[in-house]
Amino acid sequence: MFDKILIANRGEISRRISAVARRMGVRTVAVYSDADAELPFVREADEAVRIGPAAAKDSYLLPEAILAAAKATGAQAVHPGYGFLSENGEFAQACADAGVVFIGPPPAAMARMKDKSEARKIVSAAGVPIVPGSAGVLPDVAAALIEAERIGYPVLCKAASGGGGIGMAVAKDAAELEKVYRQCTDRAKAAFGKEGVYLERYFTNPRHIEVQILGDGFGHLIHGLERECSIQRRHQKVVEEAPAPLFAEGAHAEVRARMFQAAVSAAKAFGYANAGTVEFLYQDGEFFFIEMNARLQVEHPITELTTGLDLVGWQLRIAAGEALTVQQDEVQRRGAAIEFRIYAEDPVRFFPSPGKITRMVVPEGEGVRLDAGYLEGSTVTPYYDPMIAKLIVSGANRAEVIARADRALSSYVIEGIKTNIPLHLRIVRDPVFQAGALDTHFLEHHAKPA
Amino acid sequence: MADVAAHITGTVWKIEVKVGQTVAEGDTLVILESMKMEMPVEATEGGVVKEIRCAEAQAVNEGDVLVVLGS
Repeated sequence: MFDKILIANRGEISRRISAVARRMGVRTVAVYSDADAELPFVREADEAVRIGPAAAKDSYLLPEAILAAAKATGAQAVHPGYGFLSENGEFAQACADAGVVFIGPPPAAMARMKDKSEARKIVSAAGVPIVPGSAGVLPDVAAALIEAERIGYPVLCKAASGGGGIGMAVAKDAAELEKVYRQCTDRAKAAFGKEGVYLERYFTNPRHIEVQILGDGFGHLIHGLERECSIQRRHQKVVEEAPAPLFAEGAHAEVRARMFQAAVSAAKAFGYANAGTVEFLYQDGEFFFIEMNARLQVEHPITELTTGLDLVGWQLRIAAGEALTVQQDEVQRRGAAIEFRIYAEDPVRFFPSPGKITRMVVPEGEGVRLDAGYLEGSTVTPYYDPMIAKLIVSGANRAEVIARADRALSSYVIEGIKTNIPLHLRIVRDPVFQAGALDTHFLEHHAKPA
Repeated sequence: MADVAAHITGTVWKIEVKVGQTVAEGDTLVILESMKMEMPVEATEGGVVKEIRCAEAQAVNEGDVLVVLGS
């Protein structure tokens, strides 16, 4: 095992990785931008190194700054967390070249997965169903219009190198596609430096179901069951749960088994190792591969709490060259868990709401865990994504989790900024949510303010 | 005359209009970026752009006037 690792991230995930590492006897180095100097993740690590000004491109996205901090502190490995450099194959390769272990998949696997149209070809060849779409990146708007006719409207226009909902838009006819195509290419170029976009069929009421993957460097690879993340706003997850309500009480057992098999096949086709997630869309008895995320997922705690798999701990052990000793048949679900992403935003219009947290009362109780990046008195700046905490509630079954979540959310106070806690309360009290009848457009139709 | 203000705290990503340009109600004047999100700031009424009180990449607070419209 490593003596010391560097965590190339911020906020709650930096704290979480740091806590797991220290429990394993590994010392931790935090890196931070000027905007984050006062946050708890900086104080709590064994060492902390300033890597630049507030803008992510000048700090958390700067490979040279991260590697210089690793060198200066003698960290043997870098954990990228999620977002920022976590899915950047060039960064993983730069780590390897600098003699630092990248805690994640092999750079070659990341390269195969990064371009989404290439990734679709790879998994399709492995027998995994993919969303009907354009064969690859489209050269121009004329080609897009021809492909859209073949796929059938509505179509989703996506940046080939995108993520987190950036550079994605729906077109319901040719006129809309012409407009949306231009927006997507512009946005992709601005955000990722590449302008390639592709098209795929747009589903009207799909569920988002994903499968956890864990594999070691010796070819042993297992899945860690599913999570359902159908509750989203602007293509970003808001609430995630395990097990998926879709599969409640043995429903769709045959689909579930095929989905697990498809997830393992996809991961193997990429030559995957370490922790990752294969995402699927499900509608009307069919499921389709969306993408594989080459990193720890934000919502990994709900899998840990319901399977006992120590995902972050395994990430460290696997990166250090240890074998994964968990066998597939040992992975069993116990109970249920739901994660609520607490965003600094208006709970109705979802507008960002940075500012200073003047008062905070955190929820407590059985089955209630809070992974937060901020404390009372902390300032939430506009430079990074709006997630300030994750409320993770677990229990014997979904009904118990929902009851506990209602109590926890009701007692959770954050003042000084707006948060989506009122939205989460509306969700857990919504009869359609309680019935588990979810789809990715849930928030457009349900849990509206009274 | 109408002062069009930022509805969120963030940075100015793009300015979509020029002084002297005629705009209609609902036209995008400025695009702000905050917390990895783009938020368009739209014209509250139709008119002519009299003044632009922000620059691209500038940090702005909720309520800051970004564009002044006139007739």
